Parts: sequence; C-alpha cells; structure tokens
Amino acid sequence: MFYRESGDFSTTYAEDNQTFPIKFDRYRYYAVLAVAFLVIPFIINDYWANAVFVPFLIYAIAAIGLNILTGYCGQVSLGTGGFMAVGAYAVYKLMTAFPEVSMLVHVPLAGLITAGVVTLFGLPSLRIKGFYLAVATLAAQFFLVWLFNKVPWFYNYSASGQISAPERDVIGIIITGPNTEAWAKYMICLIFVTLAALIARNLTRGSVGRKWMAIRDMDIAAEIIGVNPMMAKLTAFAVSGFFIGIAGALFFSVYLGAAEVGESFGIDKSFLVLFMVIIGGLGSIFGSFAGAAFMVLLPVFLKNVFVGLLGWPTDLAAHLQFIVSGGLIIVFLILEPHGLAQLWRLAKEKLRLWPFPH
Amino acid sequence: MPEQLLFAMEVTLNGLMAGVLYALVALGFVLIFKASGIFNYAQGVMALFAALTLVGIMDGQIPFAHIINAIFGTELHHFGWHVPALLAIILTAGVMVVFAWLVQKFIFSHLVNQEPIILFMATIGLAYFLEGVGDLMWGSDIKKLDVGLPQGINDWIDITTFEVFGYGFFIDNLDISATIVAIILVAALIIFSQYTKQGRALRAVADDHQAALSVGISLNFIWVLVWSIAGFVALVAGIMWGAKSGVQFSLSLIALKALPVLMLGGFTSIPGAIVGGLIIGVGEKLFEFLIGPMVGGATENWFAYVLALLFLVFRPQGLFGEKIIERV
Amino acid sequence: MNALTGGNYTTADGRKIGNTMMEMKNITLRFGGVVAIKDISFDINEGEIRAIIGPNGAGKSSMLNVISGFYNPQEGEVWFHGKKRPPMRPYQVARQGIARTFQNIALFEGMSVLDNVMTGRLTHMKAGMLSQMIWKGKAEAEETANREIVEKIIDFLEIQAIRKTPVGRLPYGLKKRVELARALAAEPKLLLLDEPMAGMNVEEKEDMSRFILSMNDEFGTTIALIEHDMGVVMDLSDRVVVMDYGKKIGDGTPDDVRNNQEVIDAYLGVAHD
Repeated sequence: MFYRESGDFSTTYAEDNQTFPIKFDRYRYYAVLAVAFLVIPFIINDYWANAVFVPFLIYAIAAIGLNILTGYCGQVSLGTGGFMAVGAYAVYKLMTAFPEVSMLVHVPLAGLITAGVVTLFGLPSLRIKGFYLAVATLAAQFFLVWLFNKVPWFYNYSASGQISAPERDVIGIIITGPNTEAWAKYMICLIFVTLAALIARNLTRGSVGRKWMAIRDMDIAAEIIGVNPMMAKLTAFAVSGFFIGIAGALFFSVYLGAAEVGESFGIDKSFLVLFMVIIGGLGSIFGSFAGAAFMVLLPVFLKNVFVGLLGWPTDLAAHLQFIVSGGLIIVFLILEPHGLAQLWRLAKEKLRLWPFPH
Repeated sequence: MPEQLLFAMEVTLNGLMAGVLYALVALGFVLIFKASGIFNYAQGVMALFAALTLVGIMDGQIPFAHIINAIFGTELHHFGWHVPALLAIILTAGVMVVFAWLVQKFIFSHLVNQEPIILFMATIGLAYFLEGVGDLMWGSDIKKLDVGLPQGINDWIDITTFEVFGYGFFIDNLDISATIVAIILVAALIIFSQYTKQGRALRAVADDHQAALSVGISLNFIWVLVWSIAGFVALVAGIMWGAKSGVQFSLSLIALKALPVLMLGGFTSIPGAIVGGLIIGVGEKLFEFLIGPMVGGATENWFAYVLALLFLVFRPQGLFGEKIIERV
Repeated sequence: MNALTGGNYTTADGRKIGNTMMEMKNITLRFGGVVAIKDISFDINEGEIRAIIGPNGAGKSSMLNVISGFYNPQEGEVWFHGKKRPPMRPYQVARQGIARTFQNIALFEGMSVLDNVMTGRLTHMKAGMLSQMIWKGKAEAEETANREIVEKIIDFLEIQAIRKTPVGRLPYGLKKRVELARALAAEPKLLLLDEPMAGMNVEEKEDMSRFILSMNDEFGTTIALIEHDMGVVMDLSDRVVVMDYGKKIGDGTPDDVRNNQEVIDAYLGVAHD
C-alpha cells in the first residue's frame, strides 16, 4: 500500500527504459536530490562535512567506478588505492602546472589520465581471469605507490615527499586549500557524484552495460554472440578508471588537502572500496552509495560509542573497530551476499504488498 | 672469481632462503584453495596471529589484558610464568585447530555454494577480524620471538667460502634452519596426503566435492582438517618470520608476497608453490641488487607482482598448470 | 532433385531453397593428438534446415564450434556466401550473421530475460560511448528501435510474461527458449542450434519444433542443428549429415540417410518390431 505501481503504465519503450519507471521511486529520487542540493549545504558544518559527507560522496564515486569494473564487468580489482593515487597526482600536477585553468577542467582531466593508466593495467585481463587477475592488479597497486614515492617529479621535488593542494576557486568560491568552507567542499563533491551516478546509470542500462554484464556472466558465450571481449573489458577498465581517478583527485585536493601516497592510497584503500562495493551490492549504482555510506559511517559510529560513550583508549577502540568491521562484513556476506541493494529491493517488494502477506 | 659475481651468488642464496618462507605461506593458500575453493586472504594474518599467540603463551601474557583493564580499571599484564618453547608451540597449534573449527562452524558452513568472490571477501573480513583479535588479545607492540633456533652468521659457510673464493658468504643460521624445517614440513604433508586415509579423503575432496560426498567423506571434517593444517603451516611460517624480524603487523603484509608466488606456481599446485616461492625470493633479491640502485631502491615492494603479472601474460595457467582448453 | 548437389529447388511443402550459403571443405580439427574432426566436407543451402547427427563424441559440437569460429581447424576451408573465410574470432563470425545456441544453456544468469534477448541485438547497436553517457539522441533512439524488434521476438516465442524475470530463476525449458530468443534477436542469416530439445518433455519438444519450423518459414532463417531425437530430425530437416568418430559417414535427405547401411550400423541401429 505504501508503495504502489498499479495504475502506473508505460506506453512507450522509452518510458519503460527510464531510470525510475515507478512514479513513487521517481518522486523519492527528486526529494533526495532536493534535500542534498537545497537543504544540506545550508546546515552543514565542518565536523559533518569532514567526518561524514565529503568522504561519503568521494568514496561513492570510487565505489561506482569499481562497481562498473567488478560488479558489472566481473573483473576483480585490488588496485583501487593505486588508481586513486594516479588521480590525485594527476590533479596535483595539473593544478600546479596550470593554475589559471579551472578545477572543473582539471578534475575530469585527472579522471581521463587515470582512465588511460587503468586501461594499461587492464591489458593483462585479456589473458588472465578471476583471482589471477585480482592478484595481477596488486602489481598496479604496489608499483604505482612505489613510483609516486620514488620519482620526485610527481611531488614537485618537495622536501617532505608530500603533495599539498594549493588554493583554487570555482566562480569565486574557494574549493581547495585550508580556507575552504564546509559547504563548498560538500557542494563540489556533490556535483561530481551526481554526474558520475547519472553517467554510470546511462552506461549500464544501454548496450555498453549489456556487453559488460555478458562478459561478467559468461565470457565465452558473450564472445560468440558478438561481443568483442577486448573492447568490452578495456572500456570497463577505462570508465572505471575515469571515476576512480576523479575520486582520487577530489580525495586529495578537496578532502585531504595534503597527501603522502603510501599512507593515503595504500592497499587498505583498495580493500575499503572493494568492501563498499560488496556490502552495497555488486552491479548496483544505488549499492555503491549504500556501501560507501555504510563503510564511512561505521568507524564514526564505533569511535563515538567506544571512545565517546565508554571512554576507552583510542588504540583499543581501533582494534575493536577492526574486529567489528571484519565481523560485520562476514555477517553481511552470510546473511545477504548480494548486499544492501538486495535488502532494499526485498524491502520494496514487501512494502508493495503491505498489508497483505503475498 | 670477480667480486660482483660472488656478491650475486650470495644474494641468490639469501634469496633462496627468503623464498622458502614465501613458499611456506603460499603452501597454506594452496592447501585451502585445493580443498575448498576458498582463496584465503587471511593466511598471512593467520601467521601473524599464530606468532602473536606463541609469544603470548611463552611470556605468560594474560589474553585481553587491555580490554579487561579498560573495563574494570585493573592493572593486569602477565601471569608471571614462562612456558617452554615446545609446549607453547603445541598449545598454539591447539589454538589454531580451535580457530579452524570456529572458522568452519561460524563462517564457511554458512557460505556453502557461494560464488568464489564472496568467499574471498569473507576471508578478507576474517583477516581484519583476526588482526583485531590478535592485537586485542596480545597487544600491538612489536614482540621478540625466540624459540631457541640458532641465529646469526653461519661460521662454517663463511670460512669455507672464504677459503675457496676468498670471500666469505653471509648466510644466517636461522635461514638454514627455516629451510630444513620447511623441507620436513613439505615431506610430512606429502606423506600425509599420499599414505593416510584422511590424506586420501582430502585429495578426493580437492578433486570433486560432490563425488567425495557421495562416497561418504565428511566435507565438514575435511575442511576443518585442512584449515587446521593451514593454521599449522601458518604457525611455522610465523615462527620463522617472527624470529627473523620480530612479530609485528608488517608480517601479514609480507605474507601478501605469497600471492604472486601462487600466480607463478598455480593456485592448486604444491610443487608450484615451492618453486614459485624460490623464483620470487631469488628474483626480487637479484633485481634489487642489480637494478635497484639505478631506480632508487625498494623494488622489492612490487617486483614480485610485476614478475608474476608478466609471466602470466605469456603463460596464463602458471608454471605447473595444465593448458586450458576452453569449451562451450 | 539431387540433395547433394544442393541449391535452388522448392521443397515438397513449398519452401524455396536458395544457393549454397556455407561450405565446409575438408575440415580437420585436432586437439593435441586427438583428432576430433577428420577431413569433413558438407554444405548448407540458403533457407534450408540442415541436421548434423551422430553418436556421442562423434564431433558434432566441435563442428558447430568450427562454424561459429570458436575453434579454428588445422586443415580445411570455410566458405561463407561464396567467400573463403580467414581464421576469425567468434565475435567476428557473429557479426557476419551467424548466431547459435548451446548444448548446456549459456545464458547470462545475472540479467533479466529482456536484457538477455537484448544482448542478441548487440551486433546491430552502434551508438558510441559519449552518446550513451548522456542517453539522449542516438543512444535512446537506438535502444527503443531495438527494443521493438526484441519485443516481436519475445511475442513470437511466447515469453512475454517472464520478460523482466532474472534468468537464473527460470526452469530449464524456458531457459532454452530464452536462449533461442537471444540467438534469433540477432536476425542471423545462419542459426546454429546445439541440441535444442535435449532434456525436454514431449510437449516442450513440440513447442520447440514449431518454433524452429516457423522461424525457418517466416523469417527465412537458415538453420543447422544437432539433435539426438531421430523423430524430430527426420521430420524437421531437409538434409542430414551423419558423423561418427570425427568422420562423415552419410549425407543426404532424411530418407537417403535412413536407408544408408553404414549409418544404420553406426548409429540408427535396426528397429525391433
């Protein structure tokens, strides 16, 4: 009863193909957008921006990127951290080399550069499959981190080996550097995440998305019905890299402000984003958001409980955080291997029929 | 003989020794992957956990002292006794068996028939969990582990090579004992899997779950068994590595090196794990020795992965895998 | 009418059979030391239903795999529409207009029925990445146009009701039908069916036979099929190739084959009545 689709007819195929074919879903989607764009920017403060919203939005972009590669195209990648580093260093080099060009150009450009690098590391996927490929992407992870550490050109020969984002603005609003206001950080990330989600959605509902999913589900059959496996895989790597690069660029320039590659983009990042994708739901754009929210909120929540509420020392809380997040991941996989997106789908099913059981 | 060549030989020998340790960790991976199709990312953390537990038992640490102190405001640390190494090893092996049973009972018996990626993710969750538990039980400070293995330079090799080549090789006694232990362990595993009933059952399960089930082999038992063996292998690797560089978190990262070893050797081949381990061990040491100085060093961080990657591009089935014929 | 010289005749039930579409010349396929196909030649005419039969392990599926480019034979030539075909990847063969179904169903289990059938249209969809990213103009128009074609095929195969069901949930018989729909969606010139009726009950077999016949009749699709049910093969096909241990032991109309002594010995056996 809460959730109805009767009386909601599609009369054209285009209508049937839209993102939210059911009216109720559509209105809810508009409501979420309205709150995100028109309400939150006015009430957000530094704590909420830095602890929750900005990392959530940026990780959502990264999760969408990885979900395209792993969830839609079936190629498991453990190189996300390294690929985010490519985006971060690309945007750093661009920002410092061309200070007069807008960040709205630099960030997508960093995404494109990352897409190129990721495609290069995607080449072995033409020969290697499954876990072998997953381990192969570790090569990218370790090699890239090493590269950004060892070649001073990447960090402009700074003495500390760190990169730090200079102040840049978009139409007069400062979005990077220490003087950035909370709402500006939030807004720039929100714009990119909205665009990323729309593009990802459009790609995955059309023929490109079907090619990816065909490769994921059965690569041999996909090739026999006319999918060029090389093109399908490499486009997935490229699009995935584009989003992950944007996420890395924003993570460094807007969120961190300063970064050291091993610390900010280590293998832990790769696993973190992979967790988001799995917990959120493989092959679901909504799941990427849900997973990112979950993994960002979990440590915030645990820290508040253990340190804030119980007053335990922080190192103890950190260990407990490992235990709880590790345990939760296992529990999640046992209860719902298809992730939060699937839970959401089941809940909708239930709501549709409510108050009747069947 | 030119000095450079002698250095290279010494590096090669040391690489072989390091390779033995890689091979040990890889062996744990292979055992579990063969028997249950689970790609066990937690193998490295298992080695860390086993080593932590061993040190904790030997030093008579009170488990979970930190959290008990935090909750009750007490000042607990040690029981005040020391446990001899051999007894502590046996006790730790017992802990690893209990661990294997818990893993099977609470995790993987609920994940039967799931896709490999889901199982893999579960082991990553397990790795995080186990790491947290290890730190919580025994504390996260770096610990020294000494189970009485000989340490330091092997004088005999040093003197002999000095007499022959005019240059004494530096080979650590610990590495030599690690190699011997590894050889014994592998021999024992082979004897176990070839000549015992359980070993045969294990191989049957590795071949075909369904068929093994239909002739009355208990999958549950086999999986607990194989996780126990993997736990024991992890313990051995943990002892060796812990004795060499202290028991600390980085141990679980070094264990990641077992992954490229597996790629080289194939995920299901025990000889592959050993040969792969040796190749990676020697390869990365030699590469660092020859090329490292030109590119700023620390190539050991990635060399193993890139080598495995390049190798696989030309031979996707690994060293010992059979050629893959695709069918529809 | 002489079936073996092929081409350009009208069948008893009034269908037009055209020129030779595909010709296999002296195909030999080896896996290591094992010879799967040994020096086989046969042809397929436009508009006909051509069956390949033989005992298990005779090399029938391998032959289909050669046609669809999955295996490249060590010796011999494949001629398609009067041109010699160079060694090709399967996706290139698909783009030439050859579609197929599989013995063990090879559907994309993670996708809905509709999406599965839409994958059959992939060879016809050309919108670029950028257009698809914004989903306006070409991408959307193309999607709608192809959806219409797919809906016709869904109607034809009577699977409208399960359109949005995930394929993984379907029973065996329906999966086979969805797979046929996917192959048909490509509007192939030549359709290869690998045991389309394996594991079906009588009713499902009747449905499937009906679909095969009307595909051939209404869309003029040329069909090559492997099947074990002799009744079906003899009723449906215009000509039959018989294989045994990788060799061709018979070729001709169903009647020719039925009376061929070698075929009877190797495969058909003697009727005990």
